[in-house]
Amino acid sequence: METLKTDFVLDAKGLACPMPIVKTKKAMNDLEAGQVVEVQATDKGSKADIKAWAESTGHQYLGTIEEGEVLKHYLRKSSNDEAKTETKHPVVATNEELEKKLQGNESIVVLDVREEAEYAFNHIPNAICIPLGQLEDRFTELDQEAEIFVVCRTGSRSDFAAQKLAQNGFKKVTNVIPGMSGWTGSTTTINN
Amino acid sequence: MTVAAGVKTISVKDLTSKILNHEKLFILDVRNTDQFDDWKIEGKNVEIINEPYFELLEGVDSIKDKLPKDQDILVVCAKGGSSEFVGEQILEAGFTNVYSIEGGMKAWSEHLEPIKIGTLKNGGSIYQFVRIGKGCLSYLVESNGQGAMIDTNRMLEPYESFIKEHNLKLTHVLDTHLHADHISGGRQLAEKHGAKYFLPPKDADEVKYEYNQITDGDVYDVGDTTIRAVYSPGHTIGSTSFVIDDQYLLTGDILFIDSIGRPDLAGKAGDWVNDLRETLYKRYKQLADDLLVLPAHFMTSIEMNNDGSVSEKLGTLYKQNHGLNIENEEEFRRTVTENLPPQPNSYQEIRETNMGKIIPEEEKQREMETGPNRCAVR
Repeated sequence: METLKTDFVLDAKGLACPMPIVKTKKAMNDLEAGQVVEVQATDKGSKADIKAWAESTGHQYLGTIEEGEVLKHYLRKSSNDEAKTETKHPVVATNEELEKKLQGNESIVVLDVREEAEYAFNHIPNAICIPLGQLEDRFTELDQEAEIFVVCRTGSRSDFAAQKLAQNGFKKVTNVIPGMSGWTGSTTTINN
Repeated sequence: MTVAAGVKTISVKDLTSKILNHEKLFILDVRNTDQFDDWKIEGKNVEIINEPYFELLEGVDSIKDKLPKDQDILVVCAKGGSSEFVGEQILEAGFTNVYSIEGGMKAWSEHLEPIKIGTLKNGGSIYQFVRIGKGCLSYLVESNGQGAMIDTNRMLEPYESFIKEHNLKLTHVLDTHLHADHISGGRQLAEKHGAKYFLPPKDADEVKYEYNQITDGDVYDVGDTTIRAVYSPGHTIGSTSFVIDDQYLLTGDILFIDSIGRPDLAGKAGDWVNDLRETLYKRYKQLADDLLVLPAHFMTSIEMNNDGSVSEKLGTLYKQNHGLNIENEEEFRRTVTENLPPQPNSYQEIRETNMGKIIPEEEKQREMETGPNRCAVR
């Protein structure tokens, strides 16, 4: 089983309710907005509870991987910039426009700049995963001449990414709005 | 169990007694709301509210106004940990009589309460084991030192203590059908006590173990009484009812007090509708009106008698049960095949376990059985 890169791993193995959530809550307080935590638990009930807790607190529940007795839950701390709707990169496309291009088998690159764990549970097939925070170090993995469609969850992180790419010589960069939060096309997940 | 100072505990056995005595109870269920909506503690005088424990980690101020000041507060969660945690928060908020329900809904789901239904003509009695948390009913017939069990649940301890206490020799263990909502303990109980295990062969196509076949009209002698098999398909194709001592009719999952069986849990709703119709509208009609119907399930506490038992005369059900009074066959078909409630949790895995195809670990079996039984249509 591959390991997903996260900002923090919380060991709540062997603990019964309510402790997995008590600990997760505490860990979340110490994280920065947008960071991802992996919570390892053995209490089967923790899955439904973590999910419900995340919904109630506004954190993003990404998914759970079961490895034998251990449940690995992935959560992303809620971040304010996700609420921002104004984007700066001039070239934008809607989800539907991107979906049409994918269905038309056009030669394009889909770049997903969300965190690795977000990508793992739900992404567009063949999308390349480079989290926003790593983008500047990994420009060389991308072709400057390619037609690149940048996606994230809401269009905000992808806007930053699109601007950075344009500033660094990438010629055909499009920001997809809103991105995965509204994506109805086909997806791939680690859990299948 | 060690308890932090202040929060008292109440066992599911004591809780059951209180509910069966119709005591006024206030329960705070701190599981998440989906689980609460799916399945919760019920009783005639039970007031229950839900607030997930993870909303109460910092204290109970948000629900303080909903908690009674002059009454015990019972807190329940999935297994008993979070209820204790929240109980402490409630004490800190100034309340005094706060109880955590020991073992939570897991223990609640597994508790069996034996209730005497009545006596037999030549001596002996019939008992109903009420699994109050899940709505499952199983039966023990005892006559002249011998015993028979019908629709045994997975937890054998309550039956075994009863058998020991009454000094019985278990001779017959029967299942009315292959269950889809709970794991049968029948085979295991029979093995442990040297009794014969019986199952209707039409439900047993795929079973992986030896069993004795139940055939329509079979009569089993238990002490000085008899159990007679009446083939009554419809919930499953093998479903068989038992007439005991010419007084009691064990209907399995075919006929309940306020509802009838659903025909779809083996994936064959359409095929079995006619069988269900035939059983309920013809076969059962040929039986005596004054037989006391004893089903394998109840759905709500409304179906309970004052002593907590679940029973009604067949003749009365023909007057009052909606499912027995649908004249139009097409309407009947629609009622039992369309808009059915969700299927019981893990019903496929439960069926496979009862066939002996899979043998999950105990903890897994518990988890599979969590939730309501949902074997009926109204």
